[in-house]
Amino acid sequence: MSANTETVKQGSSALKDKLIAFHSWAGVDDSTLNGGQKLAVKYFMGAVVLFIFQILFGLLAAAQFLAPGFLYDILDFSVNRMIHINAMILWMLYGFIGCTYWLLEDESGTEIVGLKFGVLGFWVLTAAIAVVVLVYLLVQTGAGNDTTIWLINEGREYIEAPRWADIGIVVVMLIFFYNVVMTFSKGQWSGIAGVLTLDLVALAGLYVAGMFYMTNITHEQFWWWWVIHLWVEATWEVLVGVIMAWSLMKILGVSRRIVQTWLYIEVALMFGSGILGLGHHYFWIGTPEYWLTIGGFFSALEPIPLVAMVVHAVYDSGERGFKNLNHPAMAWLIAHAFGNFFGAGVWGFMHTLPQINLYTHGTQWSASHGHLAFFGAYATINIAFFYIAIQHWRGNVWMGAGSQNAWRWKWALALLNIGVLGMTIALLIAGYEQSFIERAIGGSTWGGYFSAQTHPSFMSAMQWRMFFGWVTASGLGLLVWDLLTIGKGETRTAEVITQAE
Amino acid sequence: MSETPQWATESFWKKVAVWVTAGSFLILVVLTFDTLKQTSAGGERVSAYSVINKKIDYQFDKKLNKYMPVIGGEELLFGTVFSEEEAEQLVTLGKKTTQAKNCMNCHTLLGNGAYYAPDLTKAWLDQGWLTVDLREEQMLKFLMDPEKNARTFGTGRKMPNLDITEDEAKGVVAFLKWMSSIDTNGFPYNFTTIYAEDD
Repeated sequence: MSANTETVKQGSSALKDKLIAFHSWAGVDDSTLNGGQKLAVKYFMGAVVLFIFQILFGLLAAAQFLAPGFLYDILDFSVNRMIHINAMILWMLYGFIGCTYWLLEDESGTEIVGLKFGVLGFWVLTAAIAVVVLVYLLVQTGAGNDTTIWLINEGREYIEAPRWADIGIVVVMLIFFYNVVMTFSKGQWSGIAGVLTLDLVALAGLYVAGMFYMTNITHEQFWWWWVIHLWVEATWEVLVGVIMAWSLMKILGVSRRIVQTWLYIEVALMFGSGILGLGHHYFWIGTPEYWLTIGGFFSALEPIPLVAMVVHAVYDSGERGFKNLNHPAMAWLIAHAFGNFFGAGVWGFMHTLPQINLYTHGTQWSASHGHLAFFGAYATINIAFFYIAIQHWRGNVWMGAGSQNAWRWKWALALLNIGVLGMTIALLIAGYEQSFIERAIGGSTWGGYFSAQTHPSFMSAMQWRMFFGWVTASGLGLLVWDLLTIGKGETRTAEVITQAE
Repeated sequence: MSETPQWATESFWKKVAVWVTAGSFLILVVLTFDTLKQTSAGGERVSAYSVINKKIDYQFDKKLNKYMPVIGGEELLFGTVFSEEEAEQLVTLGKKTTQAKNCMNCHTLLGNGAYYAPDLTKAWLDQGWLTVDLREEQMLKFLMDPEKNARTFGTGRKMPNLDITEDEAKGVVAFLKWMSSIDTNGFPYNFTTIYAEDD
């Protein structure tokens, strides 16, 4: 008993030593951060680890399109693909939670209320994810009963987590929500704080809509889209709007009045188009025909707020002569503005009208859109924030023109963007081909499906996707290296930017 | 200093944001109630589970100008007449099995899921099962030992063995048969069923 405690103590002090050694090697300094920011940094590190997992399992899944026998019966496509998309969702959520904790004390003007619970929540969530991933890898599937749904896998795309983990995620989200609301209540409310709070209510509430088993697959899919669509095309978009608004104030010095007015405009447009835009997922799942009209109309409006965001970001940057505190972060924010518009807006709109979607639904077209949209809308802004965080963690060092080894962040930016764009184009070609040969000519039979899958233009598209997957992976490698080293040994401090009234 | 016009003020857009959000959400809630009512099992759009006792086909409807499920006379599954309750039990077992085996991360159901393997929405009606008489047996054999019964159509892709029991396989077949009867607004277009005559 006591020997055990002793081992644990030794273990934890050894861990602490390692952590201190890591901090001094990386040249980071916790004393420059407030409580929320220290917690945010934990989330950011978790996000980067999950990002690496996402790309790794994405590469495995992509390879299986080219060599179907690869890891057959050991790590099948279904497992790799599930981990690929789950890691993606989770690293984005880690990023968003991190961003929120980062700006919380600054925005509210007071100390975070339940920091201890927040730290506990982080470790509970991280431990739960580790267990879930191990079960995915080692157990993989179960019998067709409730035990499997509770303990192994719910088997529904994007929200596969077993139910025990769902409940855990909700508890952690409640802690997070408590911290946000109570901290703002104790300190001060702002427009950003108000939008953030209401958005988090919706985000947490929607997750509950996906936690029930239903035999009627039309009903199940109906609620499933409440989680998936209303997250990624409504609440997540508003959340990144909040993060963008705060970032533009901090690193560009845009005035709060302008940023908040824009934020309200974006919320109106985003929710005004995105909530009923849900209809574009209700074309073919058994739901009534009026969704064809509603879905078609509102999804056609969905790109508008994203154009507004591009205008907002580019205009403000131009207005301030691109003078900013953190060049890599600013570059990624601009990448976000464009990526969100093209990936979510243009690529989404291309195939959401029912007349087109009848042929493109359930093809690589969706995968093409998914890759550019998640990267453009969410990966980019999280990466921007990693740079904001690392700048402060290294003691608010210079991260402008002429900083050391700037080639690393520039090449990471280029490789990641070229890689994802390349995959997107490759998958778009595959999607066109599939819609044409399988859907239009082949009449959507299995025979039609496989004649599309074996067509040389499909196969070459998949080879290009693999190639650009490697480009993306190399960009990620460089990004991680850069985050570990940027600003290390930099003696100049960041410029001071005055915020416009 | 010039006055900011009303339409450009923060407070104006704040109000717009609140009203637009609340209004859209309210409409969504109303439509949700209506949709759930219209799509409950046993209604016009989503058949009762006992439809597995009947012949289901999928044909072009000239008047509606789209493909529609057509429910015909008796065509028993596994030579058994299932009561409504038994049918629901069997379809439930099948649905839970598709979740437990993570089918959706290779296949698509109602077009949603991954694209590594074919869409299962109308799989019951696919010509890939060769003939109507062989279909049930082919499906059970395939589900229980997909590797030995694989038809990869030259792709080299085959389904892994997922330890599906005979009962579970029967459930999956019942689930697929029931799902093929859902009115999916004409999706997929131009689908040729196993009942269509070759000419």
